[in-house]
Amino acid sequence: MAKEGEDDEREPHLMVSGKALVKRFGGVAAVAGIDVEVRRGESFGFLGPNGAGKSSTMRMIACVSPRSDGELRVLGMDPETDGPRIRARIGVVPQLDNLDVELTVRQNLQVYGRYFGLSRAHVRAKAVELMEFAELSDRADDQVEPLSGGMKRRLTIARSMVNDPEVLLLDEPTTGLDPQARHLLWGRLYQLKQQGVTQIITTHDMHEAEQLCDRLVVMDGGQIVAEGSPSELIARFSTREVLELRFAPGEQDGQINHVADLAGRHEVLPDRLLLYADDGEAALEAAHARGVRPVSTLIRRSTLEDVFLRLTGRSLVD
Amino acid sequence: MPAWRAMWLRVEGHWAWYRRYWRSSLYSSGVEPLLFLAAMGLGFGSQVEAGAATGGFEYLHYVAPALLVAGAAMSGMGEASFPVLSGFKWQKDYIAVTSTPITPGQLLGGQLLWLAIRLGVSGVVYGLVALAFGAWLRPGAVLVVGVGVVTGLACAAPVMALAAATYDEGRRFVVMFRFVMVPMMLFSATFFPISQIPIELRWLAWLSPLWHGNEIARAAALGDAEPLALAGHGSFLAALLVAGIALARKLFYRRLVV
Repeated sequence: MAKEGEDDEREPHLMVSGKALVKRFGGVAAVAGIDVEVRRGESFGFLGPNGAGKSSTMRMIACVSPRSDGELRVLGMDPETDGPRIRARIGVVPQLDNLDVELTVRQNLQVYGRYFGLSRAHVRAKAVELMEFAELSDRADDQVEPLSGGMKRRLTIARSMVNDPEVLLLDEPTTGLDPQARHLLWGRLYQLKQQGVTQIITTHDMHEAEQLCDRLVVMDGGQIVAEGSPSELIARFSTREVLELRFAPGEQDGQINHVADLAGRHEVLPDRLLLYADDGEAALEAAHARGVRPVSTLIRRSTLEDVFLRLTGRSLVD
Repeated sequence: MPAWRAMWLRVEGHWAWYRRYWRSSLYSSGVEPLLFLAAMGLGFGSQVEAGAATGGFEYLHYVAPALLVAGAAMSGMGEASFPVLSGFKWQKDYIAVTSTPITPGQLLGGQLLWLAIRLGVSGVVYGLVALAFGAWLRPGAVLVVGVGVVTGLACAAPVMALAAATYDEGRRFVVMFRFVMVPMMLFSATFFPISQIPIELRWLAWLSPLWHGNEIARAAALGDAEPLALAGHGSFLAALLVAGIALARKLFYRRLVV
């Protein structure tokens, strides 16, 4: 729990605040001057494609990567000088699991808890509680190696909770998991949010961002290109609906001019045409009336993927 | 958290692993030196007459202290190579540990402390069995365990630095085992004095931390110490240990704080 006087006196509700934050590797700026604020209790996301600078930002917040320039405060302290004290109060779920696969589930939790200086009795009890939370109680004394990817991921998240962190950093928490495992994890993260744990999540998956984040920033090329809640971003940068048209191979280019004016904006993807219209059904009828005959059509809600496309001209996942 | 406590917690983490897997590691660190003692000290040694080369001692008495130190040197280099690289690269437990309040420097300290404990325990086990073989002549032989620990750490620290600077699959360690470790074991006065080595090549032995360790260990076990020579051997080991730790510390930070 927060000790008095440690939190930023000016903004006690700010868990993380960065100003003009820069991370350079050699001459290359992975993070090129971003401003970011994360408030107590919220789930905050960094959405962007691989290489956007999300993980570099996370590593700076986790106090394992010194900033190259700018200001950064985590829990009101400076990672440069207070790294160990900050790390004692945060939880980290790295992009790649780094469990001790030769130990048991229980041992992983206990050994890791001890690194925070917690007593043996405390970590023993905590391990039981966390195995319950991660639905791993029946595997408590099994070695980690043969567990499924989803189980290992749940254990990694459980392990990050061992010190009752005030902020949880989740770097691509569900990348590579099957849909069932992802939904189980999302449920667990939601449960933690209900308990008041601040979460900072990086993802290149728009579903995950919409599912988990109260507020997010869209990153591209080391910069923040937009900020807001998922619904705000969609309202600001996209239309209510999207009409997707797929044509037979080679026909798309010829059809663009016939339909482009049916919507305020359109995007051309290699395999389909996207028309941004508030009423997708009406746009589709109008296209049919003009004799346009796509192979298949789809009317759907706008997503963060559309926001990203609008802001950067590229897809999130190439 | 105080540094000593952080280091001790890392030792505790290793202990959790060791409790499950001690049998497999017991062979290399404990049983192997005893096999050498049986083969060289008792078997081969039965054919060697005590003479000038052995300082007038029976071969068993001559070789027993050096085998402990050589075993520690080899264990130290082995434990500092692939297991440390794995902490960075495969298992990535170093990345997990340094996400906690533990710093890279404390992590390194914990690794060295854990290694020191293991070398010490192996040395004691070896020493007791060797005692049953009648390998020790005087109480001063107890000090050989300590010499083994220091020599093992002095050999391990630079290799840990090397591991922290290794980004590939660690092929260089295989080369190191073949072209550094094995020759070092053979030509550092473990089995015969370096006066038998042609003078043109003898400087290689002078650079070997194992030779310095063996000289101190023999002085302790056999009791023919020259204070000035001992000081020289001790200084060499201390300098290597300090330099190795300083370099490893720097490279641990470079690898883990980027």
